[in-house]
Amino acid sequence: MGADPFEAAITVTRVLDESGALVRGAKKPDTAALSEGYRRLVFARRLNEQAGALVRQGRLAVYPSSRGQEACQVACASVLGEHDWLFPTYRDTAAIAARGVDPVEVLTMLRGDWHCGYDPVAHKVAPQATPLATQLPHAVGVGHAARLKGEDTVVMALCGDGATSEGDFHEACNFAAVFRAPVVFFVQNNKYAISVPLARQSVAPSLAAKAIGYGMPGIRVDGNDLVALQRVLGDAVARARAGEGPTLVEADTYRMEAHTNADDASRYRTEDEVAGWVQRDPLVRVRTYLTEAGVLDGAGEQEITAAAEDMAAGVRARLGEEAAVDPDELFAHVLSVPTSQLAEQREALRAELEFEEA
Amino acid sequence: MSVPKMTMAQAINTALRDAMTADESVVVFGEDVGPLGGVFRVTDGLHRDFGEGRCFDTPLAESGIVGMAVGMAMNGMRPVVEMQFDAFAYPAFEQITSHVAKLGNRTRGRIRLPMVIRIPYAGGIGGVEHHCDSSEAYYAHTPGLTVVTPATNADAYGLLRAAIESPDPVVFLEPKKHYFAKEEVDVAAGVPPIGRAAVAREGRDATLIAYGPSVAVALAAAEQAKTEGRDLGVIDLRSIVPFDDETVCAAVRRTGRAVVVAEAPGFASVASEIAARVGERCFHHLEAPVRRVTGFDVPYPPPKLEKHFLPGVDRILDAVDTLQWGDVA
Repeated sequence: MGADPFEAAITVTRVLDESGALVRGAKKPDTAALSEGYRRLVFARRLNEQAGALVRQGRLAVYPSSRGQEACQVACASVLGEHDWLFPTYRDTAAIAARGVDPVEVLTMLRGDWHCGYDPVAHKVAPQATPLATQLPHAVGVGHAARLKGEDTVVMALCGDGATSEGDFHEACNFAAVFRAPVVFFVQNNKYAISVPLARQSVAPSLAAKAIGYGMPGIRVDGNDLVALQRVLGDAVARARAGEGPTLVEADTYRMEAHTNADDASRYRTEDEVAGWVQRDPLVRVRTYLTEAGVLDGAGEQEITAAAEDMAAGVRARLGEEAAVDPDELFAHVLSVPTSQLAEQREALRAELEFEEA
Repeated sequence: MSVPKMTMAQAINTALRDAMTADESVVVFGEDVGPLGGVFRVTDGLHRDFGEGRCFDTPLAESGIVGMAVGMAMNGMRPVVEMQFDAFAYPAFEQITSHVAKLGNRTRGRIRLPMVIRIPYAGGIGGVEHHCDSSEAYYAHTPGLTVVTPATNADAYGLLRAAIESPDPVVFLEPKKHYFAKEEVDVAAGVPPIGRAAVAREGRDATLIAYGPSVAVALAAAEQAKTEGRDLGVIDLRSIVPFDDETVCAAVRRTGRAVVVAEAPGFASVASEIAARVGERCFHHLEAPVRRVTGFDVPYPPPKLEKHFLPGVDRILDAVDTLQWGDVA
């Protein structure tokens, strides 16, 4: 840690400002990489919109949107290598998709098919955590096991501002620091835990500042600035991979939509507040920068939009299909080998279903 | 060659040692399990002999311990974690019920968690508050958990080896009142399957069904009954989940009478489940309702009162006396 660990934990790191201009003294981003990043931002935004539409059409039971947080979603996935792990929450569908998982496989959970639709081992993406912060100790365990085995795996563990109030957040940060586990704790501080504002979660100088108490670096970054996020998270990943232990990164961002479609945000926040964050949209500043740098023009923008539209159409079509579910599967995975009681219950259900069909 | 005698703590230590030797993915961690060797000395010498990477102390946080074990099991290891005492395991309850138990099912078996949560368990040691809970019902009620409790030192060895080899998570409840009593343990006897009850004593007149610390009490009751002319059999469940309906029901069908013995408070308990299962499956063979002899529905009592709480020989024999013997004559 540097001489003043509070400085990085409290001051927001930024590369592109809200108008899309390079912050004074900041290193210029690589425009080719940023163009790819922009494409991913557009895809993430489109995925959020598509999933929301599928809820309204009754195809998904619920969708916790990460609209406004797309830079966080894209950045955390883009800094990982193939053998690294991502531990997402229910709001991180776009991050999982950015990691390369088929968004349809992610969303089938919310269609009600099964509690996890993708293969976590193949993608090195843990099932989305619904209870808050409980996935963080798992992330530490994956990292610690990798370290014991001499592998250079890094684990990206996601949570929100509300989750930092949970005991498991504390235990995971402390374990990771004590064991120097290769974990990056990435807190997307989107200012609300359903309806409860940040001020009711914590009066710490920042959430990143909590890292100092654990003896690890805490870095605060503009959560709507893709370039800054990729740099800060990339540095944290490199640090973890080098055996220097965990980092806590707090992204200053905002949840533009309600908690889910079942929530009514007008009961706890003002339209003015939301409007202020529209000005800080993570897509706009990258688009502006790339346009002014002469890398992105109307045709390029159209091509990206059309590709995102294709992705959305595919998601729409495939999630619109009625997937067959298998009642036998209720019993199939509880244990490696079903107990005699589970086998009896499976037979009873089969008999019930055969009777209904007859 | 004579079979060595060892305490249950030594039998468990030997099982850990043998498992760690056989499979280098087996790691042991928890509170005070390192250089100290655990508060019951169950992990004595493991840190010294296997090193910091294989047996280590953690920060004092049970949820963190179990949560970290989940992650390590996800990444190819076989963690064996120790909760220092039964009632100190509750901070890990969410991890155990929400993740340890469910992850295999959630991921359609893509992730299995070959991990063991060892819990020094139950009473009879004059322990102060929070040191003597019988918490098996919480775990047994949660689908996805295997729940094992040995009654003998030989089973402590064999069942722990089986638990460590299991592809699924196992809650391993160690009756702490047996930790320091010596018995013969044949470590060459092989690893028993999990899910098979043992007939601890054959008997014609009635069947006592017990597990963990209550098996010894049931055996003592059967010995006492013999002097009074009653021949009681004793079933040692060994594994609460999976439950061995076959062995239990076969014994009860032969005798027609059953008493379930357990330390835990009786309401909504494992003992209740056993009584219900036996009632449903053996009704036409029963001469009397199944009786339960359990702890009272009170928090675990202070040391000076625990003798009134724990099921003892007299209470078991009183229950046996009520099994409608008069109707037979």
